[in-house]
Amino acid sequence: MASKDQSPASRLRLSDVVRVGASGPRARKTRTALSALGISIGIAALVGVLGLSESSKSALLDEISALGTNLLTVEAGGGIGAGDGELPETALASAARIPTVTSASAVWNVDADVYQNEYIPEGETGAINVVAADVDLVHTLRGDVADGRFFDETTAPYPTAVVGSVAAERYGIRDLDTPTYVFIGDDYVEVVGILEEFPLAADLDRSVILSQQAASTFFDADDSPSTVFVRVLDGTIDETRDVLPGNTDPENPEEVTVSRPSDALEAQAAADDALTTLFLGLGAVALLVGGIGIANVMVIAVIERRGEIGLRRALGATQAHIRRQFVTEAIILSVLGGIGGVAIGVAATFVYASSQDWRVIIPQEAAFGGLVGAVAIGAIAGLYPAMRAAKLAPTEALRA
Amino acid sequence: MTAATVNHGDQGLVRPQRRPALELRRVVKEYPGDPPVRALNDVSLRIDHGELVAIVGASGSGKSTLLNVMGTLDRPTRGVLEIDGVDTAGRSDNAVSGIRARKIGFVFQQFYLLPGMSAVENVANGLLYQGVAPAERRARAIDALSRVGLGHRLEHTPNHLSGGERQRVAVARALVHQPAFVLADEPTGNLDSRSTDAVMQLIDDLHNDGTTIVVITHDTDIAAALPRRVTVHDGTIVADSGHPDDAPET
Repeated sequence: MASKDQSPASRLRLSDVVRVGASGPRARKTRTALSALGISIGIAALVGVLGLSESSKSALLDEISALGTNLLTVEAGGGIGAGDGELPETALASAARIPTVTSASAVWNVDADVYQNEYIPEGETGAINVVAADVDLVHTLRGDVADGRFFDETTAPYPTAVVGSVAAERYGIRDLDTPTYVFIGDDYVEVVGILEEFPLAADLDRSVILSQQAASTFFDADDSPSTVFVRVLDGTIDETRDVLPGNTDPENPEEVTVSRPSDALEAQAAADDALTTLFLGLGAVALLVGGIGIANVMVIAVIERRGEIGLRRALGATQAHIRRQFVTEAIILSVLGGIGGVAIGVAATFVYASSQDWRVIIPQEAAFGGLVGAVAIGAIAGLYPAMRAAKLAPTEALRA
Repeated sequence: MTAATVNHGDQGLVRPQRRPALELRRVVKEYPGDPPVRALNDVSLRIDHGELVAIVGASGSGKSTLLNVMGTLDRPTRGVLEIDGVDTAGRSDNAVSGIRARKIGFVFQQFYLLPGMSAVENVANGLLYQGVAPAERRARAIDALSRVGLGHRLEHTPNHLSGGERQRVAVARALVHQPAFVLADEPTGNLDSRSTDAVMQLIDDLHNDGTTIVVITHDTDIAAALPRRVTVHDGTIVADSGHPDDAPET
């Protein structure tokens, strides 16, 4: 009577694997949300850090390229030679004669204190100093005038002042709609211009600037420039750098220091990389902890749902079906976390970068990698609990 | 086939030919130990299509082991188990799971309905591991729920159903794939007396419609009401009232 013919084996459709895997998380929404949260935090940290670092770096690189990397500064000091620690009076003119120099400007120290008005006690200058500059300074530094104007050949002989961005802020000078004065030495001097920031010469932001011609006429200005700024032809940085000391101070070239201010900004971009790596490491740790959280929740789920496992075995599920169900469930948990994490990371990048006026850059590989990583973490976290569930004997599972 | 008749030996009666839904021949089940624990000892039992049988015994009598072996949830140590004419010996986990998916329906004392799933989804799970398409699963689940009188409770989740209703959902799940037989393990163990009567009435109605049902119970009153009673004690069958058709007329 008995036949040995093969009766058809159990079969679970692929779409049903997903459906069955989703049934657990669907029935326990709070637990699902909490266990996905760990992964969310990890992925959000990774996406946010990468997005913010890319956005900020691109803002910095934009700034560097706008300011140009072909500016050199020439200052006295550095060596221990026999010189007097000053550049020669002719330094600016000498520098301007070098063929590879496209424009040159200089700043001279002025022996005078500046105050907002005559009532400020002597000595309380608020770290704002007075310098003199030639008329090309703003052009050489590629700076901008926020309000008013800088000196030109016509206005240079007169005692007027231009304030740097930080000095303007300290003195509460926002615009020049009404006549505005600062108190220099013993006299009020009219402010004719407010400058934007000079990222390549931050000292000037904290200065009140006179024209060199007026400064030497009305105040006690040095004859030697304290700093000479030169713009050079692209690609001639190194050779110009080499000849600048000999040209500007032929007697004591070893006492001349030549530097490139954009190097500092590039160093800042590189330093951001180091910080990014640190935060990425922290994000990876958060992700690992999230994965362990999911594994933990799945182990508990397998213990709690022995009855369900037994029932499914009684309904015809094979060991492989049970294993697939729990791995799928773990993947669903972590993918939900991953989607949430990418959304949080993108939103954080968007909000912060916008507030900083950076271009918002979301690295594709961060968002995509975040999701792929979540799937992998879910699969790994779910494997052990799923194998335990599959190995459970049906009779044991039903003995709840 | 039921229309075919055969002359059945000594009594000379003519009755429909019977086909076994389930047959155990000299089944032994031992659990490892020193010495091994023998839970079933040389059990032979044949249950035909269309029968309603009570397997009755006290706790520890071996009736649960017998249920597990009959349901292929556990394998016999020795002996033969045939399900609807198919020998289960030596088959893989996958093949035996396939036999459960197609040939056997289970009803448990604890119902085992999945929380968060509607009645119709729970019943449709009875077809899940046969690879039946979702739309057909749903249609057949609705039919099965109507059969147990729950056609109006399709979308209710288990926590919105009474105990009796839950067990009727479980019965519908056991029937939905039209198995060779239904194994009901203490199906009224968690029910009050009113629900018990309703579920036993349902079982009786299904039997009258031709469904093969084996009820495992420790309750002799419930057993007494069923047409055939098999009594288990110490791992052996100590009494079997036999197929009602074979009973001597009194």
